[in-house]
Amino acid sequence: MAGAGVAITGIGIISSIGKTMEESQQALLSGTHGISRIEHVDTKLRDNIWVGEIKYSNAELADLLKLPAGHNYTRTAMLGCYAAQAAVASLGSCDMDAYKTGLISSTSVGGMDYTERYFYKYLEDPALHPYISTHDAGDSSHKIADYLGIQGLVTTISTACSSAANAIMMGARLIKHGRLDRVIVGGTDALSKFTINGFNTLMILSDELCQPFDQDRKGLNLGEAAAYLVLESEEVVRKENRKPLAYLAGYGNANDAFHQTASSDNGEGAFLAMEKAFTVAGLSASAIDYINAHGTATPNNDLSEGRALQRIFSDDMPLFSSTKAFTGHTLAAAAAIEAVFCIVALQQQIVFPNLNFKTQMEELDCSPQTEARPAQLEHVLSNSFGFGGNCSSLIFSKA
Amino acid sequence: MKRSIYINGIGAVTAQGVWRADFFVESHPLQHAVNAVQQPSYKELISPAMARRMSRGIKMGIYAAQQALDEAHITIPDAIITGTGLGCSEDSEKFLRNVLDNEEQFLTPTAFIQSTHNTVAAQIALRLGCKGYNFTYVNRSVSFESAVLDALMQLHDGEASSILVGAVDEISDHTARLLQLIGYIKPSDVHETVKESKSPGANYAESATFFTLSQEKTAQSYCEILDLCLQNKVSQSELPTFVDKFLKKNGLQLQDIDALVLGYSGDSDFDGWYEQAEQLFDATVSLYYKHLVGQCDTSSAFGLAMAAQFVSDQAIPETAQYNTTTLDRPLKNVLLYNQFRGEDHSLVLVRSC
Repeated sequence: MAGAGVAITGIGIISSIGKTMEESQQALLSGTHGISRIEHVDTKLRDNIWVGEIKYSNAELADLLKLPAGHNYTRTAMLGCYAAQAAVASLGSCDMDAYKTGLISSTSVGGMDYTERYFYKYLEDPALHPYISTHDAGDSSHKIADYLGIQGLVTTISTACSSAANAIMMGARLIKHGRLDRVIVGGTDALSKFTINGFNTLMILSDELCQPFDQDRKGLNLGEAAAYLVLESEEVVRKENRKPLAYLAGYGNANDAFHQTASSDNGEGAFLAMEKAFTVAGLSASAIDYINAHGTATPNNDLSEGRALQRIFSDDMPLFSSTKAFTGHTLAAAAAIEAVFCIVALQQQIVFPNLNFKTQMEELDCSPQTEARPAQLEHVLSNSFGFGGNCSSLIFSKA
Repeated sequence: MKRSIYINGIGAVTAQGVWRADFFVESHPLQHAVNAVQQPSYKELISPAMARRMSRGIKMGIYAAQQALDEAHITIPDAIITGTGLGCSEDSEKFLRNVLDNEEQFLTPTAFIQSTHNTVAAQIALRLGCKGYNFTYVNRSVSFESAVLDALMQLHDGEASSILVGAVDEISDHTARLLQLIGYIKPSDVHETVKESKSPGANYAESATFFTLSQEKTAQSYCEILDLCLQNKVSQSELPTFVDKFLKKNGLQLQDIDALVLGYSGDSDFDGWYEQAEQLFDATVSLYYKHLVGQCDTSSAFGLAMAAQFVSDQAIPETAQYNTTTLDRPLKNVLLYNQFRGEDHSLVLVRSC
């Protein structure tokens, strides 16, 4: 793949800061976060946590998607269909059968939102049975493929909170190898009682608005979202007269091999993932103008990531921010929504702020960007790290 | 120029025990709706304290992975890529029960930590100290094939020289009951083998199967993996074109295939796809394996292990033979075909080396 990388020709997103690109962009520029108390999940923790929740009920989402009565779409699937449809619509024209088209989706929670509702009730109520087969992670991908009319290579990645970055990476590989001409890549995750309680037992949920990279950060806010990118081959770009929004120039995945959930002190996995991404992009660290950090606001992540960033960039730290204070940590979807934010940053030549930051971490020599500001951006880096030591970095370049 | 890719090591934990020389001689067709896996002792690989906290899926995965690495004489692979349909079902179910039964109180994190789909790949990496690429695919019956596809691209490119690729699926109690309610698993009072089956649903069993794939041909190499393709939907009438396109892409015709490995699961509603595939090929040996290892989302990984073994041995044991055609030529090209309930179709092509 000579030149800039794999062309990104479409994007679609839904998160707690907006159900369209325009709304999302407006929120990012005005510093308006989407964090609130939870309404759509029945949990005892509702008064203890803040979440980036999309304020549509499942019934409202089904109406937006015009799903028929009696459908068995989980919230994860509906959010995914909504964002993937928006990504395809943003292309203007898209004949799914004209090119080899695939879907690489990702999710961590899958259909758990319905499983936790009906787990025992399934045994008594046959009317609920259509939801049994929606539990697995592949279900939402099948639903999205059907919704978009894709017949082809459809698969799903689940590597916890780096999932969507890995889906984007696999999509790029398939294009580079000529196995696909077009691929829709991204991730979707709905909030669920299961994940809320899981993160709560790990004691990494903040009872306040999260403060990425702040000395006094208390933990993360969970969120829900879905976002998808359309990647197309050079040939499709040429034939369809596309104007790429940006290019995926580099990518890398590495394993921290340190602990099932915690990151190593020196951010070894993160460091290796970034190095690999530079190699694939053929760029040096000094070419990076902005970093959309993983920055979950847990004590462990931000220290480990901060150290890895300092190892890579030493005294020449680019502008960086975590946008998780806007959306919450949307798990498998996080890397996809942050990819969209990076693309918008490149298009608008603007860096988005890291909200709620007050005090620099004493272990670090750098602070995140706290205001939206214009900046000359050629290449931006996006980090995403997940349980199991899974570390992924993506590099996006200006079209 | 594309490099050749070889299977240099195999490991498995199945309902017939672990991967071994006499595997097929000692195997017997499964007859129960849900079959237990015959587990090895994990003592030499996993400390008892750790083993107590680990679900079967993690332990089976670690064991099969180590077998595959040992056979290939690889200590640390360049990448670890796994596939799983349902992921760490046991820990997911355990944590969910705790959340529901205790009304979100008195919870401990261990089951949650181990419930993520990439736990097995992560635990293998942690054990080996493998800091390379680490991916997990979770798309029903193409979960494993997606992992192989990823590995093939990286090996073709020379991005990696040896990759550990594997599949694991465990079955937790409640999930098995639910899958029986919707007919994926046969009812408990039905006792049919895959060949005898006249009813819908399949006999299920857990399994883990791992491979060391490498660019280098060694004395241990079982066979070459040439190519594979996946597709979410293929109707029975589209199947001939689906197969034909794949073979053509690889410069082959139907008659070049010396044996078929089919995912017959004994599900009377969906085995028609395999019958259709058999009809495409004239007088070609057809083989099956789910009668031995059961159905799960990633049992097709065992189909690949079996194909690799037979190609390497240039012999087919009777227990694996589905049709009555006898092999009358060298076993060179073998085509594997799998699908689940008419979706997630995969074709894999292997060749003797």
